[in-house]
Amino acid sequence: MSASQTERRQGGFKLTQENIVFFIALLLFIGFSVLLPGFFDTSNLLSLVQNVAILGILGIGMGIVVIGRGIDLAMVSTMALSTAWTVALINRGFGTAEAIGLGLAFAAAVGIIMGVLVAYVEIPAIFATLAMSTVIYGFGRLALVDLDVIYLPDNAIWLRSISNSFLGVPLPVIWFSVLAIVAYLFLRFTKWGRYFYAIGDNRAAARITGIPVRPMTVIQYLISSMIAFGAGLITASLLASVNIRVAQSTMVYDVILVVVLGGIGLSGGKGGVRNILVGTILIGILLNGMTILDMPFTMQNIVKGTVLLIAIIVDSLANPRDEQTAQQGDI
Amino acid sequence: MKKIIGRTLAALLALGSVSTAMADQFDDGLAPSYFDAFKGKKVVFLPLAMSFDLPQVWAKAMETQAARLGYDFSVRDPNWSSDAGAQALTTLITEKPDLLVVHNPDMQVYARLLQRAQKDGIPVIQINLKSVATTDAYVGVNWYEVGLHQAKMAVEACSPAAGKSGKIAIMQGTPTNPNNAITMTAIEDTLAKNPDIKVVSSQSADWDATKAHAVASTVIKQNPDLCAYVGLWEVMDAGVAAAIREAGKTGAIQLITNGGGQKPACDNIENGTFNGYVSYDAIGQARDLTDAIAQVLQVKAKPGSQPYGIYTPIKDISRDTMRANSCWTMEDVAAAPF
Repeated sequence: MSASQTERRQGGFKLTQENIVFFIALLLFIGFSVLLPGFFDTSNLLSLVQNVAILGILGIGMGIVVIGRGIDLAMVSTMALSTAWTVALINRGFGTAEAIGLGLAFAAAVGIIMGVLVAYVEIPAIFATLAMSTVIYGFGRLALVDLDVIYLPDNAIWLRSISNSFLGVPLPVIWFSVLAIVAYLFLRFTKWGRYFYAIGDNRAAARITGIPVRPMTVIQYLISSMIAFGAGLITASLLASVNIRVAQSTMVYDVILVVVLGGIGLSGGKGGVRNILVGTILIGILLNGMTILDMPFTMQNIVKGTVLLIAIIVDSLANPRDEQTAQQGDI
Repeated sequence: MKKIIGRTLAALLALGSVSTAMADQFDDGLAPSYFDAFKGKKVVFLPLAMSFDLPQVWAKAMETQAARLGYDFSVRDPNWSSDAGAQALTTLITEKPDLLVVHNPDMQVYARLLQRAQKDGIPVIQINLKSVATTDAYVGVNWYEVGLHQAKMAVEACSPAAGKSGKIAIMQGTPTNPNNAITMTAIEDTLAKNPDIKVVSSQSADWDATKAHAVASTVIKQNPDLCAYVGLWEVMDAGVAAAIREAGKTGAIQLITNGGGQKPACDNIENGTFNGYVSYDAIGQARDLTDAIAQVLQVKAKPGSQPYGIYTPIKDISRDTMRANSCWTMEDVAAAPF
């Protein structure tokens, strides 16, 4: 019996993790709208989405890799160092386009190296990308940039303008939406997109079917690295500076959180862009509401952790694991 | 007469040409022993990380001084990891350098190791954040004073008596961080004396500009009549500045921050990004530090027996008080004598 038949039998609704998280988000949204003056306000809602746009963009890149049963722990390092190099090059007098081209090439090279390590050298993704994350940071510090914080020069006008707003909507929100639509179409309707699901679901079977498993894996990491570079550029533009210390922060876990929270299983082959959007929006609503409440830092961490736990607990009660649904490599 | 001129010239040459001719000091009763005190000494600097302005300035100054006085200077860079730092410190204690210059990540983590170093006969100078362990010298800022200055600026800018809303917001780094905690105590103490100032938000952004931007953009929308944002570090506050700029409130919301006074800070004051800036003048600290090194190596007291402090005289910079030399560049540091 296929999943869609099960859904139909239960009246078209299934208590998936995505739905659970969506309901939590909806509850919080309604709660905050009623209780917090100024929450349900167009400008606040736009800033809510803007504040998680970068996280969401990274989440989409991570999601694509996770669907293919990989993980890219180097995403934040790639983002920080490739953008930092771009901005450093602009500071050294390179043209904006050249600098961006070089930064993108660096990110692409990183992605290809990681892909090759995972696909051909057959190092488990978690180790390959974790190690690469350190290598990228170390190499970047040694050869590309010598400061933690690099400021965007005043003359980089069009790089600054990619975080402006358009008709009152902050551009990062638009970039996030555009990427979400493109990623949705890509995963849903292109051959490569379908390959990713096949590989994530059952790598051996995908290979027997004739899917070029190894090249596709390389392409996944290439995509996630280039998306990371894009997210970095938007951040640099927004803050007029790049801080490479994020490479050593826990940001990459926030990205994984967004992906997993929305219901893309780390075992691969499941989920899509909608899951990432749901996860991102929940985090956005939480952060925004807690900021308006002026909740202390430690309290915010407790709330975030608790909400995540609730989502997982409800999911494991609603969808208990068993031998049949569990996959090899499931974490 | 000729002889004196000759000797003076020789002395000047010796000063200029590093270690080559230090034996030829003019004997004024002190100079020979002064130069002797440094010869062949080993000074090691343990920073938080070498990738930001402050340790780079201090290290450059020590390098210049080492070249002038002929001591051996090296850096152990733990790159923000206090574990790696503690390990480096442990190794250094067995290596027995003649002087340790330590930049603490917090008040506790190195405390016992610093005491052990002193017990083993290694003098220790701490810089910019004092550990609970007191050592031979502390050179650096008094974080409480930084908080007082920032709070005073906010009160002056926002007092309802001056027709302002009296609403301010605070952007903290990491609350458990000692310089964060000490600065906050000062701000709270000042605000307690000024009940007409209301803190509408006091959030933490973990020293991260992206998080600071997210928080500030929400707070600014919630409080349209916000008068000032007090931020605890200029790099993080770039995020607050971006939020203020986006909301079109540059100038309407005063941004008051602190930092080491490098050139980009003054650029930001000039272009209105920062309205008030408490500078702890890293280049001045560098001079204080090299002086402390000279003192500790000359006096040769039993390590830890005569501790003293050189608290950085901090300066408040705003567009009105800014002067050509308010900020420094790395070139200034490289060209300066130490």
